[in-house]
Amino acid sequence: MSATTYGWLVLAFPLIGFGINAVGWRVLPGRAAGWIGTAAIGLAFASAIGALVAILDKPVESRELTSTLYTYAAGASLDVKLGILVDPLSVFMIVVVSGVSALIHLYSVAYLASDRGYARYFAYLNFFVFSMLLLLLAGNFVLLIVGWAFVGFASYALISFWYRRNTATTAGMKAFVINVIGDVGLVFAAFFIFRELGSFDYLTVFAAAPQHFSTNQGVVIAICLLLLVGAFAKSAQLPLHTWLPDAMEGPTPVSALIHAATMVTAGVYLIGRTFPLFELAPTAADISAFIGLATLLFAASCALAVTDLKRIIAYSTISQIGYMVVGVSIGAYAAGFFHLMSHAFFKALLFMSAGSVISAMAGTQDIDRMGGLRKAMPFTAVVMVTGALALAAFPGTSGFFSKDEILAFAAHRGGFYWIFTIGGYIGALMTGFYAFRIIFRVFWGEPVAEARQLEHGHLAHAEPANPMTGEVEDTDVGFPGAEHHIAERDRPMWLAMAALAFLSIVGGAVQIPGLDDLITKFLHGSFLDSTLYEQLPSVAADWEGLGVGAVIALLGIATAYLVYVARPGTAAALIRRFRPVHTLLVNKWYFDELYDALVYRPAIAVGRFANDVVERVVVQGVVAVVVDAVRGVGTVVRGAQSGFVRAYALLLVGGFAALGLYFLIVSS
Amino acid sequence: VDVTWYVVLSAVLFAIGAGGVLIRRSPLVILLCLELMLNAGNLALVAFSRAHGNQEGQVFALIVMVVAACEVVVGLGLIVAMFRRRLPLNVDEMRGLRG
Repeated sequence: MSATTYGWLVLAFPLIGFGINAVGWRVLPGRAAGWIGTAAIGLAFASAIGALVAILDKPVESRELTSTLYTYAAGASLDVKLGILVDPLSVFMIVVVSGVSALIHLYSVAYLASDRGYARYFAYLNFFVFSMLLLLLAGNFVLLIVGWAFVGFASYALISFWYRRNTATTAGMKAFVINVIGDVGLVFAAFFIFRELGSFDYLTVFAAAPQHFSTNQGVVIAICLLLLVGAFAKSAQLPLHTWLPDAMEGPTPVSALIHAATMVTAGVYLIGRTFPLFELAPTAADISAFIGLATLLFAASCALAVTDLKRIIAYSTISQIGYMVVGVSIGAYAAGFFHLMSHAFFKALLFMSAGSVISAMAGTQDIDRMGGLRKAMPFTAVVMVTGALALAAFPGTSGFFSKDEILAFAAHRGGFYWIFTIGGYIGALMTGFYAFRIIFRVFWGEPVAEARQLEHGHLAHAEPANPMTGEVEDTDVGFPGAEHHIAERDRPMWLAMAALAFLSIVGGAVQIPGLDDLITKFLHGSFLDSTLYEQLPSVAADWEGLGVGAVIALLGIATAYLVYVARPGTAAALIRRFRPVHTLLVNKWYFDELYDALVYRPAIAVGRFANDVVERVVVQGVVAVVVDAVRGVGTVVRGAQSGFVRAYALLLVGGFAALGLYFLIVSS
Repeated sequence: VDVTWYVVLSAVLFAIGAGGVLIRRSPLVILLCLELMLNAGNLALVAFSRAHGNQEGQVFALIVMVVAACEVVVGLGLIVAMFRRRLPLNVDEMRGLRG
């Protein structure tokens, strides 16, 4: 089969899985829905591997394949097709996305087993994977926008999955609204592209752009900035990041899949996909890189202080996506996408481990209440340490090779790009610290009651409560219901986490500088026209960067060890010493409060004004006048409606007679 | 005979019918008077048709007959229904249309 056939199959399997689960939710017994969903994604992954093999058979210059199912709209100047583009970049992405998705589906099979919305969950999840793959395989901007909006909806549906929880539905709405801001940016960008170049098709647009635009022309910068609005909303970059920490209201595997490994990297994919435009607008690319840098530092600083386990990892996600955005914006495409892949592995792993820990703690997410779980759940402890090592870029892990390669590229690029190297290393120091803050707080220290119980084989149970507000949950929602599932006891969770732990460690082997550079070589087919792609730093410079990165990672980990294990009182002392800084970080730099004051309150005030003045006085006043007029006229005319049929007949005959008379008089 | 006589007869019949509709209270009689008005119209149509020497008026007359037949069916059906439900057979007492 050809690569494009595999591409269509990749889309078809999740859609079929979604259809079966969505229609058959009432009749599917036990865990059937979960296994159907997992099988669908597994088949999609197999097809993605098929596409990879098929595309590797072709010479590097001709690896951009398109295929069209049918034409939506064809006119004099409009040509929109339901078509896919299978090229090294999209194949790379679908392999990563479908692979990680398959493992997370596997994990969910056990993790959500006691949830009453089990089939609904898998229907949503399959729909999400379908939409994400559609976004990645789209061959034109129209189909991209379709996939983009679909993943936004899937994200909304899954954040609000426990719909009896008020905090969850609010978080879902927040995510949806901010994503729609991004959608608007993307739609406008597509509109401008069409107006300038007369096409929505990727390959046509990218071929025509260099002739049509001069470098840094106003319109191409505008297009790129609009694309960035879309990318930043989806990828939770400043200033559109506030939805992602709240998105942690969804089930933990959803956080792993959508809000860490796949959907939030769509913005990175978009920037990489439209690189010909960004290379024509270096100003926009630099803006993007600086925002990425600001985001990665900001989010890493928040992760230092937040105490909710899932929100720490969420801020870490924002920070790591900042690295990717810096990478693809400064031209380190291969390194950026390599980091996307390794991040998908270790961040999904961290979330899965967090899910296991939260289950063991009977739903508690606050790391202040955790401790000493190492003996009680050895497997979770080992894989979570693995994930944290990869996140902290410990030498030899996947995160080590990918993150430091971006920074090495920035150093090599010259000019002011050294800022990104320095900033990136500062971020890396914080990353090492907060990654092991989680580990030391959760697994080291004095075992808490739940941990001691679990050591004796009793999984803690508690009255289900909302981890944010402490309210008692409506157990009709299902989870967090009667059962909790931890990796030590559930084979599917164990399997998924073991696979990801393995990948987090060895995933870096695909791109060791000077040794194989597989990703650089493979993605080259998509970046043939790039002027920056081949400006790679020398192998020696790469290793220099890796060396510095290793030292910084170890420094961060060692500091965390010092603060949380060697001298346990240090953290509290630091908080007392730097009270204002801590307050700032715990409140996430007051972004939510800022938006509350800038957007929410003015909108409410306008709404109240419209209600009090426009609606009550103007609209209802006009309505009252009209109603009175109609009623008055009606009262007068009602007298004619006597109900006497013969009176009506008389009026009819009399009317005709009068009319006849009138015409007689007029005609004579 | 001059067409005028026919038209005069038609007008007289129509006036009788209209008067009946206005004056009488029994629905059955009102229906009869309606028929009278229709047939007065028919008479005029046929008379003009003959005076002009073509068939158009006669075609119209046929159509009016068809309409009249339909109307009688509906009208008689209504009257029978009124009778069956023991409603008063007096149009002045059927005042459901009063505003």
